[in-house]
Amino acid sequence: MSTQAETGAPLLEVSRLEVHHGQLRALQDISLSVYPGQVYAIIGANGAGKSTLLRTIAGLHRPTTGTVVLDGTDVTRLRTDRRATRGIVMVPEGRRLFGSLTVEENLQVGATYARSGPWTIERVYELFGWMRERRHQRTAQLSGGEQQSVAIGRALVANPRVLLLDELSLGLAPVVVQRIYAMLPQILETGLTVLLVEQDVSQALQVASRVHCLLEGRTTLEGEPGDLTPDRVEAAYFGLGHADGHGDGAMAGTDPGGGDGGQPVPSAGPPADESEG
Amino acid sequence: MGWVNAIIQGVLTGGLYALFACGLSLMFGVMKVVNLAHGDLAVVAGYVAIGVITVTHIPVLWSFVIVVPVMAIFGYVLQRTLIQGALDRGPLTTLIVTFGLSVVIENALLQFFTANSRAIGTGLALVRESFHIGSQIQIPYLLLVIFAVAVIVLLGLQYFLSGSKYGRLIRAVADDQEAAQLAGVDYRHVFGIAAGIAFGTVALAGISYGMYSQLDPTTGTDTILLFAFAAVVIGGLGSLWGTLLGGVVLGVAQQIGAQINISDEVLAGYIVFLAVLVLRPQGLTTRRSQS
Repeated sequence: MSTQAETGAPLLEVSRLEVHHGQLRALQDISLSVYPGQVYAIIGANGAGKSTLLRTIAGLHRPTTGTVVLDGTDVTRLRTDRRATRGIVMVPEGRRLFGSLTVEENLQVGATYARSGPWTIERVYELFGWMRERRHQRTAQLSGGEQQSVAIGRALVANPRVLLLDELSLGLAPVVVQRIYAMLPQILETGLTVLLVEQDVSQALQVASRVHCLLEGRTTLEGEPGDLTPDRVEAAYFGLGHADGHGDGAMAGTDPGGGDGGQPVPSAGPPADESEG
Repeated sequence: MGWVNAIIQGVLTGGLYALFACGLSLMFGVMKVVNLAHGDLAVVAGYVAIGVITVTHIPVLWSFVIVVPVMAIFGYVLQRTLIQGALDRGPLTTLIVTFGLSVVIENALLQFFTANSRAIGTGLALVRESFHIGSQIQIPYLLLVIFAVAVIVLLGLQYFLSGSKYGRLIRAVADDQEAAQLAGVDYRHVFGIAAGIAFGTVALAGISYGMYSQLDPTTGTDTILLFAFAAVVIGGLGSLWGTLLGGVVLGVAQQIGAQINISDEVLAGYIVFLAVLVLRPQGLTTRRSQS
């Protein structure tokens, strides 16, 4: 089954991206298309390259090869702040609030070069009820979950077209993570598209309309959560045996009750899929 | 009482030192640049003022109106080109580049203006006269005015940093450059604005110093940079009002030293500077935001 959104043009398109950290190849041949209104989740273990991918899309890393295209415009050579004003806005890992600024000032900085759109500081206060009365506090005085909310608010007031969320759950209690992800529908309602990185796979599968799994800088699996069995996700996540090849091609023929999903990892026999080539 | 007079003189001189120090402190606080050419830029501003006054015959006070904005624009341009280029190559490079700038400025001044010292002649009675309290205390009007200007500049800076859009961006960029970029902020532009402000204040200080004392091509590194450094370190790095406190402590120490023995004036200031470095390296006022 395919979502109706995918019939249009992708809002964000990453093609054949390769990124190096010095000598180390962090990402290799990564392609993905994010369509308007989607929640696109990138999953993978520690060091799989998820954050590198998101940071490259935001402009914080320069790719060796490959392109990042936003709504038909190549932004690969654009500086981070220019991408932000064009609508690629990231909530960075670890929240990265301005520590000497108040909650409200953090939001004001986010709104300084904002695109026009539905999100205002006022609207963020409505989304996070507690925030208004604590707007004059320094962010250092807030709990981790509250800080994460401010970080999301700071990104929202810029009125992004694509909101990049890097490891929202990091360092937060599960109940807090649940609460933050519960806000996602209200955010999507305003016409945003979300590309997120999440280590917590079950959380990602719950919220995402499309999942992309990375392993050691390569794509190991891509598809809609409904089409993926836990075993396949696990195999792609940990690199057990040979996971199904990436790309829509591998998914296209899969019927929902598909029998090819839950196959045990073959212990012998020549690997025959294209990912070995 | 000679001592009371010395302390009052010291406090007022501290205003001048604070004026020198606040730009140095701002540039370090925002972009982590230790501008070793800071003092020389003050001297340049003084010489430019002398030039402007000589050529145009405008009243001395009007030279501020011309020179301060010109230096501020120069600061923005220099930050966006030379200093940013150094920053992109690593924090130590800025030390080398600003040191080089200092050498270039000093030698250019020597080349074009000789080593003779110059004062900015104001022709104003204000500069030469003092008012007296009792028989012992005499306060030069000029020093009092400079102190007032320093306080006004610091108040203005504080108001700007806490209340304005660009002030907020400056603080945000100082906190986290990358996060600011993600919020759409061009941090290089914000750095340029901070440098513009720093250069504006140092121009103000340089012209004031030229009226109060004398300038020669080496005054910048001999005197101004060192006093500004001492004031910043004593007061606490990155703290605006700390620079005033640091300047005042330095000024008072110098005047007390001079009271003991006139040749001990400068030495006494540095003894306090060293004492603070040893006993309280974070400065007398620590930065507000420790998180």
